[in-house]
Amino acid sequence: MNDLMKVSSNPHVRSKSTTSSIMLTVVIALLPAAGFGIYNFGPKALLLILVTVASTVFTEFAFEKICKKKITIGDYSAVVTGLLLALNLPVSAPWWIGVVGGVFAILVVKMLFGGLGQNFMNPALGARCFLLISFTSIMTNFDCDAYTGATPLAALKSGESVNILDMVIGRTAGTIGETSMIAIVIGACILILFGIIDLRIPGTYIVTLAVFVTLFGGRGFNWPYISAHLSGGGLMLGAFFMATDYVTRPVTKKGQYLFGFLLGILTGIFRIFGPSAEGVSYAIIIGNLLVPLIEKVTLPKAFGKGGEKA
Amino acid sequence: MNSAKERLVNGIVKENPTFVLMLGMCPTLAVTTSAINGLGMGLTTMVVLALSNVFISLLRNIIPDKVRIPAFIVIIASFVTMVELLLQGFIPFLYDALGIYIPLIVVNCIILGRAEAYAYKNPVIPSLFDGIGMGLGFSVALTCIGAVRELLGAGEIFGIHVMPESFVPVSIFIMAPGAFFVLALLTAIQNKVKIAGERKGKDMSKIQSGCNSDCMNCGDTGCARRLIDERKEKAGEGEKKND
Repeated sequence: MNDLMKVSSNPHVRSKSTTSSIMLTVVIALLPAAGFGIYNFGPKALLLILVTVASTVFTEFAFEKICKKKITIGDYSAVVTGLLLALNLPVSAPWWIGVVGGVFAILVVKMLFGGLGQNFMNPALGARCFLLISFTSIMTNFDCDAYTGATPLAALKSGESVNILDMVIGRTAGTIGETSMIAIVIGACILILFGIIDLRIPGTYIVTLAVFVTLFGGRGFNWPYISAHLSGGGLMLGAFFMATDYVTRPVTKKGQYLFGFLLGILTGIFRIFGPSAEGVSYAIIIGNLLVPLIEKVTLPKAFGKGGEKA
Repeated sequence: MNSAKERLVNGIVKENPTFVLMLGMCPTLAVTTSAINGLGMGLTTMVVLALSNVFISLLRNIIPDKVRIPAFIVIIASFVTMVELLLQGFIPFLYDALGIYIPLIVVNCIILGRAEAYAYKNPVIPSLFDGIGMGLGFSVALTCIGAVRELLGAGEIFGIHVMPESFVPVSIFIMAPGAFFVLALLTAIQNKVKIAGERKGKDMSKIQSGCNSDCMNCGDTGCARRLIDERKEKAGEGEKKND
C-alpha cells in the first residue's frame, strides 16, 4: 500500500534492462566469434583479446580515477569495446597494438568526449582506423601460422576465385573475429532474441550492399560473387555489432533505415571503387559522423503538430 | 602596459596566438610535421609580423580609416614577398618544405589581427615588440607541436633519432589528423596549468590567458573582475532607486 502512495517523476514504466545487462548480453553474443577466432588462429588470438580488453578496462578505470569521476567499468561497455577492437585486429599483430588501440579507443574517442553515451563515433572502430592509418603494414598483414596469402576480399578484388563455404565457416585469413559468418550470425541471433538490436540497420545495410554490388560490381547478378561480398571481410561483424551501437546510431526509425542504406552505399563504394579491398570500418565511422544530420532530417512530427491546416 | 618586456611576455604566454587566441590555425596544422618546419614557419611569420607592425605603426596617422585593411594587406604582402624571395635564395630546403604556406602568411590572421588590434593604435617601439612577442609565441607553439608530432610520428626531434630502435613510428601523427590531436592535447595541458594556478590563488596576471579587460565580450563567467563589476553595477542601481 505504501508503494502506491509514492509520487515520482516520469518515466513511470521502466524496463528491467540496464546498461550492464545489455552490455553483458553483447559480450556473450560476441563469444562465438571470439571462440572461433581462437580456434582458428590459435592461442595467440586469445592473448591478443585478453590484452586488448584489459587495456580498455584499465584505461577507463585509470581515467576516471585520475579525474575523480564515478568508476563506470562495471557497466561492461569497456569490455565490449575491447572485445570488438580485438576481433578487428589481425592475429599477427604484436600485443602492444592492442594496448595502443585500447587506450586510444577509451581515452580519446570515448572518455575525452564525456564517456559512455557521449562518444560521437564507435570507440572500437575509431581505434581500428587510428591503427590502420598509423601502422598500415602491421594491420594489413594477415599472414599467420594457419593461413598465408590474401584475404578473400583482396583475392576477389584481384580477380581470383574464392571458396564460399570456407568463407561462411570462417576458415580464411582475416582479422580474429570477422572470418566466420556462422559464428557472428549466432551472436546476432542472441542479440535479436534478447531484443538488444533489431534488423533495421543490419538488414538495410546488407541488402543495400548486395544491390550495390550487383549493380556496380561488374559481374551482374552473379550469386557466388555477391555472397562472397556479403560473407567476406568485416561486413557481418560491422553490421550486427558496430553499426547497431546504441550511442552512435540514429534513434529515429526512418533514420535507422537511412543509416543502413548509407552504410551499404559507402561500403560498396570503398570496396569496389576504392584502393583497398575492405571499407566497412570507414563506412561505419563516416556514418557515425552523419548521425546528427540524419536525425535532423528524420525527426518525427510531435503528436498534434503539423497535419492539415484549417 | 606598453613596455617591451610586457609585450614579449604577453605574446609568448598571456595571449599566445596559437594556444590562447587560436589564430593562424592553417599554418599551425599544416606545416608542423616536424620541429624544424614549425620553427621555420614561426620565425618567418615573426619577421613579417615585426616589420609590418613597425610600418603600420609608423603610417597609422596617414592611413585613412576607411581603407586601412587594404593598406595593411599591401604592407604585409610586400614583406611576405621579400621574405619569400630571401628564403628561396638562402634557405632553399625550408622554402621547399613550407611551400605554399609562405605566400599564405599574407592572410595569416595573427598578422592582420595584430595590425588592427595593436599596431594601428600604438607607437612604433611597443608595436615592434608586440610583433616580436607574438611571433615568438607563435614560433614556440609551432615548434612544440612540430616536436611532439615528429617525436611520435617519426621517432625524431629536429631530425635527431631519439626513440629506441624498437619504437614503431605512429605515422598518423605526421598526417593531418595528428595535427589536431597534438594541438588539442597541448592546448588542454596549457589550460590545465592555468586552472591549477587559479585554484592555488597565484597571481594570474602572469599565467592567465586572454583577459583583455573587455568584460562585455568575454565569456568567462567565473572571472573575478566581472563579478566585482556586476556588484558595482547593482550597487549603483540601488543608489539610483534610493534617489
